[in-house]
Amino acid sequence: MFRIFYKLGLVFVAVAGLAAQPAFAETPNEILASIQKEAAGTPGFSAARGESFFKAKHGGEWSCASCHTENPAALGKHAKTGKVIDPLAPSANAERFTSPKKVDKWFKRNCNDVLSRACTPQEKGDVLAYLLTVKK
Amino acid sequence: MSIHKQKNFRMLAVALLAMGATMSAAQADDDRDERYGWRLGEKSAGKYGGENRGKPLQPAQTNAKFQKECSDCHIAYAPGLLPAESWRKVMAGLDKHFGSDASLDAQDNKEITAFLVNNASNRWSAPTAPLRISETAWFKRKHDGHEISPAVWKNPLVKSPANCAACHPRADRGDFNEHDIRLPK
Repeated sequence: MFRIFYKLGLVFVAVAGLAAQPAFAETPNEILASIQKEAAGTPGFSAARGESFFKAKHGGEWSCASCHTENPAALGKHAKTGKVIDPLAPSANAERFTSPKKVDKWFKRNCNDVLSRACTPQEKGDVLAYLLTVKK
Repeated sequence: MSIHKQKNFRMLAVALLAMGATMSAAQADDDRDERYGWRLGEKSAGKYGGENRGKPLQPAQTNAKFQKECSDCHIAYAPGLLPAESWRKVMAGLDKHFGSDASLDAQDNKEITAFLVNNASNRWSAPTAPLRISETAWFKRKHDGHEISPAVWKNPLVKSPANCAACHPRADRGDFNEHDIRLPK
């Protein structure tokens, strides 16, 4: 009898632990899948295309790499304020691409800064596909 | 005076001196400027022609959303550094925030704006509302050539007047006590 209570207790602790996570926590692959849905009808994502997009300037002063550096697994640095930016590649920073709200917020901001427009789902998918190939 | 009385007297003197030193340390930040403003006949408008930062700079009850969202690209500047109208303008223009898009969703923007406005400078009497903290009269006075040598601003570790923490180690907590200032070498 006592044992059953003990087991129930363990289950309770485990469930409470899960519930403490933000309700919207996802994995980078789930986020990639939802971008894929938005990009329906396009030929699919390419990590190579994502890499050149990430490292190129797009008519403005900055590229993605201006702040995140040429190595997205390394620490970055804000091009204007100099503030340190945690690594962007999920292999080096487990928090990256786990909150759809955060992903939307930063794609909106950074695409505006780098391209002066929103990114297409294709561009976002290519970049994430590239970031998922970057090893720590 | 007996030796015993002398000893007591000495202890009292030391205690009084220590008290005096503590008090002048606490007031050092403001005394000189109070005189400065008075000399310039600014007493009626308040210090710095009414463009004065508030006190305290950071409320005891802070706001988690403000702390998190406003410290991604720079330190979360204490709300008391600017008047309420400045914060309203800053928060209404986040999509073009000093050359970067720093936009938030409507709900977060509303919550953070309310926090900033409610804790804005309580000593600002001028009708002005600058967007940059470095454009305020109190900031300019505190960082003029008399206070800070031009070489300090050229130091790459300082980079910009926006980088408070280069010299004020507790700036992220709204603490700019003069006695903690460390100029980077």
